[in-house]
Amino acid sequence: MSNLAVSARVVRALGARSIRQTFRRPQLISPIVVFPTLLLAIQTGGAGAGIELPGFPPVQSFLQFMLAGSMMQAMMLAGNSGGIAFAVDIEMGFTDRLFAAPIPRFAIVLGRLAGTAALGLFASIWFFAIGLIFGAHIEGGVPGTLLSMALITASALAVGGIGAAIALRTGSASVVQGLFPLVLVVLFLSSAFFPQELMIEPAKTIAEYNPFSFIVEGVREPIIAGIDATQTLEAVAAIAGIVALGLILSARALRHRLRVG
Amino acid sequence: MPAIVVEGLQRAFGEVFAVQGIDLAVDEGEIYGFLGPNGAGKTTTVRMLTTLLLPTGGQASVAGYDVVDEARQVRGSIGVALQEAALDPLMTGRELIRLQATLQGLPTAAGRKRADALLERVDLSGAADRRVGTYSGGMQRRLDLAAALVHEPRVLFLDEPTTGLDPVSRKTIWEEVRALNEDGTTVFLTTQYLEEADQLADNVGIIDSGLIVAEGTPESLKGEVGNPHVELLVGAGEIAEAERVCRELGRLLPPKDAKRVLLEVEHGAADIPRVVRALDEAGIGVESLELVRPTLDDVFVDKTGHHLEPEEKQEDEPAEDEEPTPA
Repeated sequence: MSNLAVSARVVRALGARSIRQTFRRPQLISPIVVFPTLLLAIQTGGAGAGIELPGFPPVQSFLQFMLAGSMMQAMMLAGNSGGIAFAVDIEMGFTDRLFAAPIPRFAIVLGRLAGTAALGLFASIWFFAIGLIFGAHIEGGVPGTLLSMALITASALAVGGIGAAIALRTGSASVVQGLFPLVLVVLFLSSAFFPQELMIEPAKTIAEYNPFSFIVEGVREPIIAGIDATQTLEAVAAIAGIVALGLILSARALRHRLRVG
Repeated sequence: MPAIVVEGLQRAFGEVFAVQGIDLAVDEGEIYGFLGPNGAGKTTTVRMLTTLLLPTGGQASVAGYDVVDEARQVRGSIGVALQEAALDPLMTGRELIRLQATLQGLPTAAGRKRADALLERVDLSGAADRRVGTYSGGMQRRLDLAAALVHEPRVLFLDEPTTGLDPVSRKTIWEEVRALNEDGTTVFLTTQYLEEADQLADNVGIIDSGLIVAEGTPESLKGEVGNPHVELLVGAGEIAEAERVCRELGRLLPPKDAKRVLLEVEHGAADIPRVVRALDEAGIGVESLELVRPTLDDVFVDKTGHHLEPEEKQEDEPAEDEEPTPA
């Protein structure tokens, strides 16, 4: 079997383990599903009239508008949960078992990221299902749905890369867990839950340059209007940037961990 | 050909040298016991030899491969069971062994077959589909050992495999280590238990403060620190007379308490009849008599000036027929 084939099998096996681990540990799965679902229910129930505000983009319902934000939230928390689980592996010595195997060591990081990406996909399916059950119309149809799901999946991988880098660098689950509030700050300073046009300064300017705003708009557009090439490309570029950053930071943190033990 | 060769191996963490330039060689098919107290440098050495930690000086090869330049080949040749069995409590035993088989590059079908065989070998078939978190300490160590064997490694590193286990589980692990060694596997075993090194190892290296202070077979090391001695417990008021008689038979050692006489005997058990006759002729009543051989602790004391006293932290060990409390 070639090295590449062995690495691919390892990535798949570790990705599968990562998914099982998340579903077997309630504290890892609940931030991905329960928290964003509750927030979606509260916001759509309490702030639904917001769509009447002047400047609010034309949408069928507030639920339709909010779906992308909830998926983003679930995706980012999946990345954070992935980082926590990786740090737990480091703390309990499980990564030593992996590092002592004759495989490229970056495959271990990729395995973790594959699991996080799969959880991102799961989160997008979950919220599309909720949206459809509660009457949200997906303007982009099946292609739009698939595009949004793909963007969320890729974003989970990107955010997971940052989480994995922090886990590798610190080896501490508490440190990664401590980033949880930061995830919410980053999201609230993007257009995830509120249209950028209706924000006030300085949040508006921050949201304008926040890469997660580009991603959320790329995910939202197929839901509320249909596929838009420009917004899709902007989302892809933002994801690519975060993926590159996550992989570079992960590679550096991995080297550091192997050097210091 | 030696399975492990270490020359001047060092590891510093900042200003502190955890391993201060050690040399050792382990022959193919040997069980090498690496004995030392907590913090002596045993685990740091194992981590360097298993490519988990880069040395800061010296060199080492395992199975003929350099641990720095040919790390991946080293990892393909070794099995590793690290201290405090690094197992995921949420996985089942079967999932863990299968994952290990994948990590070692075994094809899926072969990996599954091997996993079943290993679980059978370590007597965990019945618990294979339970989560590892529900296993007792002894079961976890056996699973860890099985995982280390999945690719039939040439060299097996066991870092304190029985620390915290009860005597029965400890003995089970010993039997398994002996069986593996009989099959030709070289075993590098770190331990803080004197008896473990004495029972299992062909050769022992004693490490203290990052330096190897003694190396050799357990018998030769014990031979270096002196002859066996007879420990006599005599009645009150007869100590002085017993010491006088014994002094004519050999060298007296410093007594442990006021009721005992310690007499060094050159020929071990063969000297006992002579001692008993002399005491009997002098009319001294002996309450008990014991032949005491030097232990590796005596070697340790001789070389380092202090005792090797492991911290006994026994894991909660339910009986094998008990259902352990799920985690």
